[in-house]
Amino acid sequence: MHKTPLLVATAIAAATLSGPGFARDTISIVGSSTVYPFATVVAERFGKTTDFATPKIESTGSGGGLKLFCSGIGVDTPDITNSSRRIKASEVEMCTENGVNNVVEVLIGYDGIAIANSTEAEPMSLTREELFLALAKDVPTPDGDGLVPNPYKMWSEINPELPAFSIEVLGPPPTSGTRDAFVELVMEEGCASFEVIEALDEDAKDAACLTMREDGRFVEAGENDNLIVQKLEANPDAVGIFGYSFLDQNSDKVQSSFIDGVLADFDTIADGSYPVSRPLYFYVKGEHVGTVPGIAEYLAEFTSEGAFGEEGYLSEKGMIPLGEDERAEVAAAATELKTLELN
Amino acid sequence: MSVESSHTAAPAQPSPATAHVKAGLARRYAAEKRFRLYGIIAIGASLAFLAMLLISIVSKGLPAFSQTFIQLDVPLDIDTLDIDAETAEAVQEGSLPASELRRANYNGAIREALRERFPDVSGRSDRRALYKLVSTGAQYDLARIVMDDPSLLGQRQTLWLPTDDEIGALVKRGADLTQADTLSTRLDDKSIAWAADLDANNEFDVRFNTTFFKNGDSREPELAGIRAALVGSAYTLLITFLLSFPVAVASAIYLEEFAPQNRWTDLVEVNINNLAAVPSIVFGLLGLAVFINFFHLPRSAPVVGGIVLSLMTLPTIIISSRAALKSVPPSIREAARGLGASELQVVFHHVLPLAMPGILTGTIIGLAQALGETAPLLMIGMVAFIVDIPQGITDSATVLPVQVYLWADSPERAFTEKTSAAIMVLLAFLIVMNAVAVMLRKRFERRW
Repeated sequence: MHKTPLLVATAIAAATLSGPGFARDTISIVGSSTVYPFATVVAERFGKTTDFATPKIESTGSGGGLKLFCSGIGVDTPDITNSSRRIKASEVEMCTENGVNNVVEVLIGYDGIAIANSTEAEPMSLTREELFLALAKDVPTPDGDGLVPNPYKMWSEINPELPAFSIEVLGPPPTSGTRDAFVELVMEEGCASFEVIEALDEDAKDAACLTMREDGRFVEAGENDNLIVQKLEANPDAVGIFGYSFLDQNSDKVQSSFIDGVLADFDTIADGSYPVSRPLYFYVKGEHVGTVPGIAEYLAEFTSEGAFGEEGYLSEKGMIPLGEDERAEVAAAATELKTLELN
Repeated sequence: MSVESSHTAAPAQPSPATAHVKAGLARRYAAEKRFRLYGIIAIGASLAFLAMLLISIVSKGLPAFSQTFIQLDVPLDIDTLDIDAETAEAVQEGSLPASELRRANYNGAIREALRERFPDVSGRSDRRALYKLVSTGAQYDLARIVMDDPSLLGQRQTLWLPTDDEIGALVKRGADLTQADTLSTRLDDKSIAWAADLDANNEFDVRFNTTFFKNGDSREPELAGIRAALVGSAYTLLITFLLSFPVAVASAIYLEEFAPQNRWTDLVEVNINNLAAVPSIVFGLLGLAVFINFFHLPRSAPVVGGIVLSLMTLPTIIISSRAALKSVPPSIREAARGLGASELQVVFHHVLPLAMPGILTGTIIGLAQALGETAPLLMIGMVAFIVDIPQGITDSATVLPVQVYLWADSPERAFTEKTSAAIMVLLAFLIVMNAVAVMLRKRFERRW
């Protein structure tokens, strides 16, 4: 009677210590939370339509995913990592150091970042310059002779044609990939048009371009994009920054703003005219193909027309597909498992 | 004596002390009344918050327990299903396994049924919208039906298949589908008109959602279920309990009953108390470094989750077990020793059974904490998309709070109700655990 728990505990300890060397028959995928909603759809279909087990997908963020991915070869490292940006040279180096030499890159599509407000208000029409002026910590004075702490309280103070709403922008926190992309695609581009910032040295320029204002007009609303949508619905004067798929799913509640005159929608992101969009990738460990069953088939499923094509099921989930030629190229490269070369 | 005499001599004239007490009496009663009132207000406020939380969760989560089905007359002839006649015959005769039928074009059959139901719909985009009335998971249901009974091949069957989440939500809500303008939905007016037509002919049915309890996670809200997370949580907690309970109780007994009081035991004690206050993410990092990177245990597996969480719950159980052991009156120990019991017999026959209710309470508190934990599991890869139900402690799994988190973060709106429903399942799990603890406690409880 008293010995039972002890016996069970010993059995478990024995079972766990015999761990090393077990084989794995499930594909292990890690990486970006932006790619997660798309990769999971593919994984689910893959599991249901083939004899392979459904791949396991962890949402670790692009950087975290690549770190795990490049940590070595073997069944306890992931086979595939999703990324909402291209792999960096430093990460390729880390991979090589740990013996991961055969990395296959697959570009799957684009994700737009929506700048939106409630459908109860008029759609905003903003330029990236105006967004920079509304959101940066320090902005150039109107005569351009120096930087001052952001004085703008109303949109109409930046440009008289904008509505006389007080500035309130809800956006993702610095840990989010969406925030990185927003800063890169909007803030950096926006600040590049000011001579006084261009004249600064590299560090000061970065500080001026990349720092968001902290006086409560830019609100970090947390990683959860649903929350931003809810807050926009409750406050028609507020503007939110979030992933395009959330705009698509909530099109009865929120509407896209015109950025540099272009609305975020399927076509404008696909043809590149909407400026705030980023490519989505995943990386495959070539060494694992053949060791872990199903990797080549998963690649084939992901790069099939039915999945990432113009009318594939990924586009229904809000991913913006590549152009037709690009898709053919990617699919061919994925089939022959072409090793990545950074240029 | 003089005080007493003055009392008896002049009772109408109270002493200064009594007068002082009397003057303060009203104030003291008032203070007591006020304090009681504060207490009632505090309890009322906490009950109100709890009620608000529960009402909001339950009201949001209830729709997730029902699911909308659509009635379709599905043609199951081998041409539509794209099966060659020989295979079909062989399967029907039993010379080939039914799994041969797995790759048939079930989606095509469902689409054909929809086209027959709405023959006027033409044009590519309209047809695509029409096909979207039915869940993408319906084809797998149809496949199961056909594989279970291959004799259905070649017939027409009237079947109830799950609808897509958006249209399903409208029907579940009992929305008036004829008033398309008043509905808040992404669906276009055409889809709503088709739905209204189906609704008028009673071709929708709302049933209890068994899928929610049978399936693992899915990216289609109407197919997503809690099963994988529930099983994952159960495995993880089982490991946590099996590891932490014996170790914690043994440490508590040794420290309380046998250990000498010296600098080393003091150090151990301080460290246990400190360990109880360590943020849980730290245990996750430890788990990643030691169990996964060093011992090469599988990522995302309940066995690692259980080990990490048992590290986290150990101090909680040790501290409460020690308190429970301490509260057993010394007279019990002395009586046992007086009757000639050895130290071990004193502890195991007399002290431990009496301390058991307290120890169990501590264990349940520790396990309940572990049940709600997500942060350490993030590091060891249990925040993952799991479709297949885990079959053992080394399979990839996730747990209930992680499932809540993942669903709360999904763009599809129907996941909002799933999130609340998952919270309800989590709470139910917790209540069951507590009930077991209360039952065990009642059985062991002894009064003296």
